[in-house]
Amino acid sequence: MELLDKLAILSDAAKYDAACSSSGVKRQFQAGRIGNTSSSIAGCCHSFSADGRCVTLLKVLMSNACVYDCKYCVNRRSNDTRRATFTPRELAELTIGFYRRNYIEGLFLSSGVLRDPDYTTEQMIRSLRLLRQEYRFNGYIHAKAIPGTSEELIYQLGLLADRLSVNVELPSEAGLRSLAPDKTVSAIFRPMGQIREQTAQSKAELTRYKHAPRFAPAGQSTQMIVGATGDSDRHILRLSQSLYDKYRLKRVFYSAYVPVVEHTLLPSPDTKPPLLREHRLYQADWLLRFYGFRAEELLTESQPDFNPRLDPKCNWAVGHLEQFPVEIMTADYERLLRVPGIGPTSAKRILSARRVSRLTFEDLKKMGVVLKRAQFFITCCGRQRSGLRFSDATLTGQLEQIERGELPPGEVEQLSLFESAG
Amino acid sequence: MAWTEIVFQYDGSFDGFLCCIYESYLNKEFPIAFYGDEECFSLYAVRLVITEHEHARRVLRSIVKRSARAAELLQKVFLTCMEDKELHLYAFVRKLYAEGSRFLKNQSDPIYHPLVKAIRHMNGELEKLRGFVRFSDYNGVLGGEIEPKNRVLPLLRGHFCSRYANESFFIYDRTHRELLLYAKGRSRILPVDALHLTLPGEEEMQYRRLWKCFYETIAIRDRTNPRCQNTHMPKRYRNTMTEFLPLDYEAQYQGAIPPKTPAASANPAVPTGKSALEIPPQSGRSAVASAL
Repeated sequence: MELLDKLAILSDAAKYDAACSSSGVKRQFQAGRIGNTSSSIAGCCHSFSADGRCVTLLKVLMSNACVYDCKYCVNRRSNDTRRATFTPRELAELTIGFYRRNYIEGLFLSSGVLRDPDYTTEQMIRSLRLLRQEYRFNGYIHAKAIPGTSEELIYQLGLLADRLSVNVELPSEAGLRSLAPDKTVSAIFRPMGQIREQTAQSKAELTRYKHAPRFAPAGQSTQMIVGATGDSDRHILRLSQSLYDKYRLKRVFYSAYVPVVEHTLLPSPDTKPPLLREHRLYQADWLLRFYGFRAEELLTESQPDFNPRLDPKCNWAVGHLEQFPVEIMTADYERLLRVPGIGPTSAKRILSARRVSRLTFEDLKKMGVVLKRAQFFITCCGRQRSGLRFSDATLTGQLEQIERGELPPGEVEQLSLFESAG
Repeated sequence: MAWTEIVFQYDGSFDGFLCCIYESYLNKEFPIAFYGDEECFSLYAVRLVITEHEHARRVLRSIVKRSARAAELLQKVFLTCMEDKELHLYAFVRKLYAEGSRFLKNQSDPIYHPLVKAIRHMNGELEKLRGFVRFSDYNGVLGGEIEPKNRVLPLLRGHFCSRYANESFFIYDRTHRELLLYAKGRSRILPVDALHLTLPGEEEMQYRRLWKCFYETIAIRDRTNPRCQNTHMPKRYRNTMTEFLPLDYEAQYQGAIPPKTPAASANPAVPTGKSALEIPPQSGRSAVASAL
């Protein structure tokens, strides 16, 4: 088979994995090796595909042959599709060739399960070893740890990769049992625990010995499919929170389920992927990681799903009006962060600027505060924004109006459908 | 003695601009406009400033003494495409001399804010270009072109020189007609009026094909979202990116150069291994990059 065909098949099979980051590790150029890793904390995006997602890594499967039969997956063994496998050398040359041309930041390697998890991981290790040792590749590598692989092999994999990820895929055990009968919850969380331990251990050793082996220096991430099962947003968000807390994950990615197959247990193939829901989950995820929110504050048992018409932060704020307005000149950092329209960057700018100047609403705008949201929740030197009219009763409607202008047209249709139904 | 209003004409370099500040304070002249190389028509008196590196150094030292960050800012903003950047920078330096660096804490300060905005714009472009620069392999030398609004080449230099430390490469800035050259641990930025690229070999074509194929495949059709794509990757960047160009864009875009024999394309003026790129005779523009 031509390399071009292989690449088409194996990137097509890998594209439903949402992980794209190339951040978390700073590795300088080393003499005799090719490349380095991005010095920016946000990683580096090299292109954006037609769906608006960033292209950072050469995202491919090593092979799309798979012995598993997960119902939601294009690569399941019962699916009649073309199969291909890269040789380690093809993969290494492709990575280097793309990297030299600045097409990519590195390699994202996953694979269908050939024979069993151990055998598959061995093949991945062989490829990565060739790339790192013979081709002297020094760029970013993200590798998938396949649930069920032995500890020793995962350790080997982690020494070659910068980041490892184990996909949770379905956010509940019931979902796994019905849709991914070959996977179990414990098989997913065991490698996650191992990666957490060994990353921490490697970090500790590195502080003592300069040349201690580096195990997955950029940590681990995971992905959950949203909308293939009936799990609520609250369930998913709480799971993410516990993953961040317990397993020290760097990122949880959410992937709106794209119906690729017809199955009685799955949403029908003409369902649209729940993109707005995915968007809300990402917004809430950011609130967990950078804004000091807890999942329980954002979603309650009585309201287990996100409001499609308001972003999670506004939604929280209109439910907690007793905490507002916040006075810009005196509020502490944590309080500022809770204001819709103010993020970590603008909050820090406010802290710095108010030491030398009395701030006005215009000043805030210059500092990057999204005033059209924030104006309802703040005062500057004790005063509200002049000309602003609202009451507790009209606030929600006004915020929804703003939000509607920002969502892509398709989502607005979904929203108006929502309204006519409600 | 009162300050007189005047137009400054200088050579367009950073050092030249610092000399304008020097002259301004020396002669008590307040700039109402700055002109670079272009001809200047004005009803005001024109002061022609000759670049003296000693004066430039003296001004820079005086700024560093008040705030090292302000000096760094000054150099960066000078690279941006902000309109009337010299006037904004002049106002900034005046405020710094008068009040010290305290106002730098407040990004909404009326004098400081325009500079912040210009830098944010340039940083955005820089961040994008670190990813969007596309290289082609021309007989072992990597080469790419960009069309930035700001003069980002001096700021991209560090990133690409460390990433491709073991390669030889060049990046050509079409907007500002500058060429960044790197080989064997040394880099230079030269003014170059036009760059002609010869057609690359079959291996390069194959990689372009592979990349285009990958780029097309990786998009999920059910999620097509051009608005989001345009936000992250404005269209103005795409005319130098492999995935949006025809395979043999060198031939199509550069006035269909007839393929040359290897002997004819070797240019004695450029180091060996750079035969793919031909630099036409220089036009006498000063090498501004050295100041940075």
